[in-house]
Amino acid sequence: MPGSASDAILILGTILEALVVVCAIKRKVFRRYFVLNLYMALCLLVSWGRHYTIAHDGLSSLHYRYFYFYTDALLTIVLYFSLISLYLSVFEEMKVGRYLRLGAVVLLAGTAWFTYAVVSQSSHKILTYFAFELSQNLYFVGLVLTYVLWAAVLKMRQTPALLVQLVLSLGVYFSFFAACYALSNLHPTLYSRVSVLFPVVGCLLPLAWAYAFWRVPNDRRLTPSRLAMAGVPR
Amino acid sequence: MIAAIVLCCSIVFFLQFFVPYCRSLIAASSNHVLSPEVQDVTGLTTPASGEDFHRVVQLLHLCPDRPEDRGEIRAIGVYFGMVDFLKTVSRSIAPSVRAWTERELGRCTYFAAVALDRRVAFSRDLLAQQIEA
Repeated sequence: MPGSASDAILILGTILEALVVVCAIKRKVFRRYFVLNLYMALCLLVSWGRHYTIAHDGLSSLHYRYFYFYTDALLTIVLYFSLISLYLSVFEEMKVGRYLRLGAVVLLAGTAWFTYAVVSQSSHKILTYFAFELSQNLYFVGLVLTYVLWAAVLKMRQTPALLVQLVLSLGVYFSFFAACYALSNLHPTLYSRVSVLFPVVGCLLPLAWAYAFWRVPNDRRLTPSRLAMAGVPR
Repeated sequence: MIAAIVLCCSIVFFLQFFVPYCRSLIAASSNHVLSPEVQDVTGLTTPASGEDFHRVVQLLHLCPDRPEDRGEIRAIGVYFGMVDFLKTVSRSIAPSVRAWTERELGRCTYFAAVALDRRVAFSRDLLAQQIEA
């Protein structure tokens, strides 16, 4: 991607991340979806850090690459906990928050252990590859968890429309990234082409969340089963 | 092998999320009552027809852009393309699917008209603020 285009996308992404937090504060849902907003605020900080690193060391520098992959791993972990916070919102009435938190930590530790086991056998740059592989694995774990959450939401009669849109947009985001990573694992030569899409897709999640916070009323409820693909006649 | 399975799963999951997401966007705008001006300009019938979608989107692009609805309009455009493709494929095979696709295409058109209505209202507010200032 040409430098000016990638710069423009980075700036657009940063604006959208800020927009999510602003919209959440304005619609008074900042505390209710605190982890989601924390993730967006962190994205904002990381974006600023990336701008700074690019300006000082250049886009192709090793410094920027390390910064990119380590912050990406950190953001993926926070996004994973954002997803868990959506679980907590969905299952709020069942009082299972403690078990969900425990399960989330065990699953994250399990994913990290699996990643380490794979990386330690195949690479000497363990820490760098660990950060990269952990992101990839967490995207797939996140995707499966989002799917399970969506399946649970589908069983509910009425769910807040805002929550439905947050879950679905997260699912779209996770599945797209998981597909991109799987494609680049199948054909490693494609990684440089596929990675061009990452910043573009990265803008879609803040865009969808900003729209949801801005447009969807807090009290609006939906019947999720009407939205599912199962509703399509065969 | 594992990468291929992950890729297939991801594509299936993507569709499983993308279609309900688009339908949730459409559902969120279905209660919105269009202003008389937008009804006149678009000439939409009740229920809206999928054939008017591209015309309404063209009108939408004439209005000042708003970053917060840009992604949603694009997503619905992609969804419209998918459903339109399904309609073409199912023309002779499954008439029940065809009726559903026509209804769904009409809802996409209504979503675009609602987005147009919001953009018109936004532009009007902006103009009013400028005049006041």
